Amino acid sequence: MTERSPFRNLAVAAVGGWLTVFVILPNLMTLATSFLSRGEVEFAILPITFSSYRELAGPEFLRMFLDSAWLALGAAMACLAIGYPFAYILARLSPKKRKLGLLFVIIPFWTNSLIRTYALITILNANGLLNKVLLGLGLISAPLDILYTETAVFIGLAYTLLPFMILPLYASIEKLDPRLIEAARDLGAGSFQTFFRVSLPLTLPGIVAGTMLVFLPALGMFYVPDVLGGSRSLLVGNFIRNQFLTARNWPLGSAASVLLTAIMALLLAVYYFCNKRVRREAAA
Amino acid sequence: METSSPPCIELERVSKSYGDLTVIHDLSLRIHDGEFLTFLGPSGCGKTTILRLLAGFERPTTGRLRIRGQDVTGEPPNRRAVNTVFQSYALFPHMTVFENAAFGLRMRRKSKEEIRVRVEEALRAVKMLSFAGRRPSQLSGGQQQRAAIARAIVNKPAALLLDEPLSALDAKLRKEVQLELKELRRKLGITFVFVTHDQEEAFSMSDRVAVINHGVIEQIDAPNVIYETPKNLFVARFVGEINVFDGVAVSQNGKVLDARVEGRPCRLNAGERRYAPGQKIKTLLRPEDIRLEKANGETPDGLFGVVADTVYKGMTIDLIIETDGGKKISATEFFNEDAPEAMFEKGERVRVDWVEDWEVVLPDDGA
Amino acid sequence: MKRSLKAAYLTAVYGFLYLPLLVLIAFSFNDSKFLVSWKGFSLRWYASLAGNSSLLDAALRSLALAASSATAATLIGALAAIALKRYRFAGRKALSASLYVVTVSPDIVMGISLLILFITLNLPLGFLTLFLSHVTFCLPFVTITILARLSGMDQSLIEAAADLGAGEYAIFRLVILPIAMPAVMAGWLLSFTLSLDDVIVSFFVTGPSFEILPLKIYSMVRLGVKPEVNALCAVMFAITLMVVGATQLLMKEKR
Repeated sequence: MTERSPFRNLAVAAVGGWLTVFVILPNLMTLATSFLSRGEVEFAILPITFSSYRELAGPEFLRMFLDSAWLALGAAMACLAIGYPFAYILARLSPKKRKLGLLFVIIPFWTNSLIRTYALITILNANGLLNKVLLGLGLISAPLDILYTETAVFIGLAYTLLPFMILPLYASIEKLDPRLIEAARDLGAGSFQTFFRVSLPLTLPGIVAGTMLVFLPALGMFYVPDVLGGSRSLLVGNFIRNQFLTARNWPLGSAASVLLTAIMALLLAVYYFCNKRVRREAAA
Repeated sequence: METSSPPCIELERVSKSYGDLTVIHDLSLRIHDGEFLTFLGPSGCGKTTILRLLAGFERPTTGRLRIRGQDVTGEPPNRRAVNTVFQSYALFPHMTVFENAAFGLRMRRKSKEEIRVRVEEALRAVKMLSFAGRRPSQLSGGQQQRAAIARAIVNKPAALLLDEPLSALDAKLRKEVQLELKELRRKLGITFVFVTHDQEEAFSMSDRVAVINHGVIEQIDAPNVIYETPKNLFVARFVGEINVFDGVAVSQNGKVLDARVEGRPCRLNAGERRYAPGQKIKTLLRPEDIRLEKANGETPDGLFGVVADTVYKGMTIDLIIETDGGKKISATEFFNEDAPEAMFEKGERVRVDWVEDWEVVLPDDGA
Repeated sequence: MKRSLKAAYLTAVYGFLYLPLLVLIAFSFNDSKFLVSWKGFSLRWYASLAGNSSLLDAALRSLALAASSATAATLIGALAAIALKRYRFAGRKALSASLYVVTVSPDIVMGISLLILFITLNLPLGFLTLFLSHVTFCLPFVTITILARLSGMDQSLIEAAADLGAGEYAIFRLVILPIAMPAVMAGWLLSFTLSLDDVIVSFFVTGPSFEILPLKIYSMVRLGVKPEVNALCAVMFAITLMVVGATQLLMKEKR
C-alpha cells in the first residue's frame, strides 16, 4: 500500500508503454496513412486527401464489402446455431467434465489455422470425404462441387472460428443460475418459453461477444478464400492485403482497415450496452 | 484506571474520512496492557475501520496513534507490533498450517530452529500441532480459525486484533471458541482488541466494551455497566431487548423524580441527572425487570394493560402486553412449573410494575 | 433433451472440429502423392520430412517464436495484472479497457498497423518484428487470464502478509505469485497457442530472412502441398499434446 512503489511504476510503465508503442501508435499511424496520397517510392505521401474514403464509398468496394459482410454474418450465425446448444450442454456438465470439454475445444488451435484450412480441402473436394459419405448414404447422386466456391469459404470460416463463438457463449451460460430456469419451469413456462424469456436474454452478452469474435475476424481472413475459394478476392481482408502487397495503395488499404476498426467500435458499443442491461437487471 | 507506564494502544483525536464521508469522528481511547476490549456496533458503524487503523491498513485523516507509547501513525502494517486475525481468516492457501504460522517469523529472518520451536509453541497453544502439515483447504472452519490465531500470536504482538473472527462459525462452536479465546488471552497475557456486532459475544469475553455508532464511541464501560446503566437510548436499544416509555417530569427531589409515564403518575429513580418540570423523558426497562400482577380493579397510579401474546421459551416465558395507551411492551417471567395456574393467560388484564430502582431514566433527545 | 441426444450432439461438434486434423494425420501415413485417395500405410512422408531441412527449419522457427513471445508476454502480462489488481493509478481504467479492445480487434488491422509502424521506424522485417507483434497480441490475453485469477483472491491475504511483516517484494514473491501461478501457466500456454495459430499478423510483419511454418505453407499452397507437410503437422501436434499433458500432470502433482 506504499504510495510510491518502484514495482508499481515499473509494472505500469512496462504494460502502458507497450500498448502505447505497439497498439495506439500504430493505429494512429494507420489512421494518418488513410488520409495520405499514394506514393511510388515512399508508400504514402502528402498531400492530405479524402480520395481513399471516396473510393471506399464507390460501387465496386461497396459490392465487395456487402458480399464479404454477408458471408461473415452467415458464418457467425452458423457458429451461433452450432455453438449455442454445444456451449449450453457443456456448461451443465460436472465441473471436471466441463474443464476437459473446454480443453478439447482449444486443442485444435495447436495446429495452425492455415494448416487446418488446408486440411479441409481433403474433405471438401470432389472425391473427398464429404462427397463419399453423401454418395454412400444415397443423399446425392453425383459429387457436389463445393471446393473453390463460396460455400467452401463459408464452411472454412465457420470451421476456423467456431471456438471463438463457443468460448464466450460458454462463459455467459455458465454464469446463468440454473435455479432461474427451474423457477421459470416451476411457474409453468415450457422449455421453449423458458429459453426465449429467460436463458436467451440473460446470455445475450455472450451471444453478442461471440458474434463479434466471429464476424470481425471473418471479414479479414484472407487466407481462407485463398486456400478454399480459388484465390478470388471475396473478403475485405483480401482487398486490404492486395492494397498493401500487390496494388501498393497503402492509403486505400489503411482506409479499409479504419473502416473495420469503426465496425469493431460499433459492435463493442452494442456489447457494452447489452452487458450493462443484463448486469443491471441481475443486480435488481 | 490510570497507570504510570504508557497504555498498550492509545488513539488521540483520530478521525478517518473517505472524501466527504467521515467514518470515524475525533476518537480518543486508551487500551490498557493485557485488557480484552471489544468494539461493539451495528454494521457500518466504523468498528472495523478502527481495527484497520490500528493494524495500519488505513491511515487516519487526522490524529495520532501510539502503540506502547511509540507513535506509529505513519508506519505501514509490517512495522507495527500488532497482528490481526481476519474475518475470512486469510490463511495462505498455498502453504501448510506450519508455513502459515511461520510466515511472520520468516519475515523477521529468525533461524530455522527458532521458527520451529516458536511455531510449535503457538500451534500447541491453539491445539493445532497435529494439523501442522495440512493445507487450509483440508481444515474445518474452526480449525482454520485456530490456525489464523496461531499465525497472529507467533510474533508475540503487543496486541492481537480480531475482526469478527467468530462470525463464520455455527452457534455451538462459537460458544466454545469464545471460552477458548478468553483462556488463551489469560495464558498469553497479551491485549486483545475484538470487533463484533454480537452483544452476547462482546459481553461474555470482554473486560470493557466500547459501543460504537456512526464512528463515535457512545459508551465505554464494563459489560454489566453498559447493560444496566446505558448512557443513552442507542446503547440501551443496541444491547439486548428493552422497553422504552415516554414521559414528562413533574417534580424532582434529589434522586426521586415524580413523573407521568405513558400518561400515568409514577415515582422514578433519576440517578444523578436533574430534570426540569415539564421536560420530556424516556424511562427504560429490561423485559426481565418488569413485574406483572393480575389487575384487581383500578389504582390511581401505575400502568395497566392486556396480555396480547405469550411466547414459551423453555426456562422463561415472554409476554407481550398491550397497555391501555396502545403501547406494546415485552416482559420476561420465569416459568413456574409448580404453579402453572399462576401464569398469565392471553387476554388477561394486568398491572405493569418493575423491580424498584432498576429503571433507567434518560432525557428525551428525540432519538 | 435426452442424455444420449446431448452426448450425440457434443460428439458431432467435436467431430466437426477434429475431422480435418484426423484426416491430416491419417493422410500423413498415406502411400500416395495426392490427398485424395488412400493407397495404403506408409512412413515415406516422415522419411522425406526428415530430409527436408527448409520445412523443419520453418517449424523450429515457429516453435522458437511461440516460446519466446509467450514467455515475454507472460512476464509483462503478469506485471500488468498485478499492477491492475493491486494499485490505483491514473489511466488504470483506460489501460484495462484497451487490453479488452485489443483482444477483439481484427488481426488484419493489427497486422497492417504494425507493418506501417515497422516500416516507418525502419526496422528490418524478421524475427524481431514477429516477436514484437506476437507479444502484442498475446499480452492482453495473458493479462486478462491472470487478472481473473487474482480478482478471485481474498484481498485480506495481502493485508495478512503485510500485517505479519512482509514488505512489498515479499508479498509479491510469497503470496501473489504462488497464488497466481496456475493462471500464469495457463496464460503462457494460451500465448503459445495463439502464436502458433497466427497467420494474418505474421503475414504482414515477416520478411524473407525469417520464414515461419504457416507462411512457408501459404507460399506452397498454390503449387500443391506435399504430404510431408501432413507428416510435419502430425509431429507438431503430437509434441504440443505431450507438452500440455506433461504440464497438466506436473500441476496436479504439485497440488
